[in-house]
Amino acid sequence: MRFYEYESRKIVERAAIPVTRYGFCKTPQEARVAAEQIGGSVVVKSQVLTGGRMKAGGVRFADSPQAAEADAAEILELEINGQMPRGVLVDPKAEVAQEYYAGVVWDGTRKQPMMLFSDMGGIDIEEVAERHPEHVGRGHLSNLLEISDFQAKQVIAQTGVTGSELNRATPILARLARLMRDFDMTLAEINPLARLEDGSFVALDAHMEMEDEAKPRQRPLLSELGIGEEETREPYEPSEFERTVKAIDSADHRGVIQGKDHGFHGNLGLVIGAGGGSLTLTDAVRSQGGRPANYTEIGGNPSVAKACGLAKAVLRKEGVEKIAVMMSIVSNTRVDIVARGVIKACLELDKDPGETIAIFRIPGAWEEEGFKILERYGVEYCDRSVSMWEAAGRAVARIQTSEGP
Amino acid sequence: MSILLDESFTFMVQGITGREAVNLTRECLDYGSRVVGGVTPGRKGREVHGVPVYDTVQQVVDALGYVPNGSVVTVPPAFTKDAVFEALDAGVELIVIVTERIPRRDVAQMVELAGMRGARIIGPNCLGVIVPEVCKMGGIGGPAKDAAKSYTPGPVGVMSRSGGMTTEISSTLTAAGLGQSTAISIGGDAIIGSTYAELMPLFEADARTEAIVIYTEPGGRMEAQLSDWVQENESRLPIVAFMAGRFMDSEEMQGMSFGHAGTIVEGTEDTATEKIARLEAAGIPVVERIDEIPDRVKERLGARV
Repeated sequence: MRFYEYESRKIVERAAIPVTRYGFCKTPQEARVAAEQIGGSVVVKSQVLTGGRMKAGGVRFADSPQAAEADAAEILELEINGQMPRGVLVDPKAEVAQEYYAGVVWDGTRKQPMMLFSDMGGIDIEEVAERHPEHVGRGHLSNLLEISDFQAKQVIAQTGVTGSELNRATPILARLARLMRDFDMTLAEINPLARLEDGSFVALDAHMEMEDEAKPRQRPLLSELGIGEEETREPYEPSEFERTVKAIDSADHRGVIQGKDHGFHGNLGLVIGAGGGSLTLTDAVRSQGGRPANYTEIGGNPSVAKACGLAKAVLRKEGVEKIAVMMSIVSNTRVDIVARGVIKACLELDKDPGETIAIFRIPGAWEEEGFKILERYGVEYCDRSVSMWEAAGRAVARIQTSEGP
Repeated sequence: MSILLDESFTFMVQGITGREAVNLTRECLDYGSRVVGGVTPGRKGREVHGVPVYDTVQQVVDALGYVPNGSVVTVPPAFTKDAVFEALDAGVELIVIVTERIPRRDVAQMVELAGMRGARIIGPNCLGVIVPEVCKMGGIGGPAKDAAKSYTPGPVGVMSRSGGMTTEISSTLTAAGLGQSTAISIGGDAIIGSTYAELMPLFEADARTEAIVIYTEPGGRMEAQLSDWVQENESRLPIVAFMAGRFMDSEEMQGMSFGHAGTIVEGTEDTATEKIARLEAAGIPVVERIDEIPDRVKERLGARV
């Protein structure tokens, strides 16, 4: 889950990393007041969960509170990469002597967090690493030992930084590393970390992302930031289909179903599973010219009602003509239950299961029982001797035939 | 032979009284696995399909008079780290973590401690390991009779980030007359106990294994790590890979997540397209269909002789 900049600032601030005296504002009037309180020139920054704010005109410099108000009014109306801002951040225009980068990320191969530091801040760290590798310091952290300041010092010293700058930057990177671990961040970044004319360091921008799996145990921090449990922070608004599937899933603890349709615009509804199987089947449909209307994952052992609810949600989507019910070989999910569920969905929507279900390919537990039911309703089905690719191909062929030439 | 498990392998189940764990225990016993004990705190004295339940791992060890070789851990995410530390502390050498949705920090801590103790972790978010007709450790393949349909003994080592696809691929191999030496559901998370490259030396040293099939997904650097390993070690084993989730590369899917937690693309080098290029550069063909796998394996086995 990604945090807004104003939240990330708050997170670093509470970890005792110095920040400027900023204000988070939801209206142009609030921005003017914040600018008045700060005094002098300010920066007005759009609060969106996406990069490229500067290029899009979402970051502006204002010399007076009136100018800040005017800038805020424009930025609050400015959509960036499909997102409307949640507010603006008003920040003093700092007298920066030098910009640095400080970050902590996961190194999946080493299975440890890695600290990164550069004396070339303000720009993309990947770009610095590529063009000026000698300006990027790195160091891994044990998952079990306490994080010591010297580890941060070593990383910073690799870039040639020394003197009081080294001693001032060290605790900042160490604190950033500790907060990354303590709050289950997948990414904790301060860029730029600025050294001001007076020699002090402040975080001018921060970017934090928390692992979704850790949200339950990080509830205290999230509550402190005013982030409710309902806030998913997906990069887009959930669609009606996605909300429906989520509601069906949480209404019944048996089995897990997920559904997405953002970016899908086809006519073939997919009632598919499980994790790997869904990815494989979606590819197989698309590669054979099919146009999926959605993506789903069935896992565990859903009830008839849940399977039925999912199939109905897919069938109700605009443009869906048929559904393909397919999974990789299942050991946990009962084939007969899914079969009952999808047939029930068709009947309840006054559709002929034999016509509506383009193919049923779920081999595994209780398949004989499942196949009997499918036969009774004239639904085309197959067992494991028909590959996932072939099953997907059959579904595509059926829908293309009914589409006509 | 096989890797990780053999006829004499013994294991316990932590969280054995949970609904899924009870099923899993039944399946493993039916398959012929030696499930020698179970742990659920507060449930000492019970039995699950004849397997005695204890409060602590230490009690299992005391009752047996030896440390079981392995443990299947299937406890809720908030308690998994503690359970795994307990098993590691007792000296258990192979731990299969079934639990999903464990925060990455906990996984990394378990893996680091396992490394210090000379133990190995498979998972989390996996179905376990199977050596066909010898031992099944975890829910892999499902009930014994279903597992017997999909898995048969033979020369192919299977490693998969998806539990279900481990069975789908093995079943496809079996139908084509190609059995498996050992099949491993390695887990779908961003950080897992044993990656392809970390398991390769074991397959490499196993005389029974003659080829490897892997199931891969977008996200992470595991495939790049395997490519490097293969090139650096001049592996004797031909590998065939299948890549799912190619559709995630398309423009309209940018920034979205599908499937396993580990499939979230975090960089520019971990998309399906990038991974396919990387694997193929290392001499690992990447097929588009599961049903192409047997022929490609036979081809590669033939070419090697």
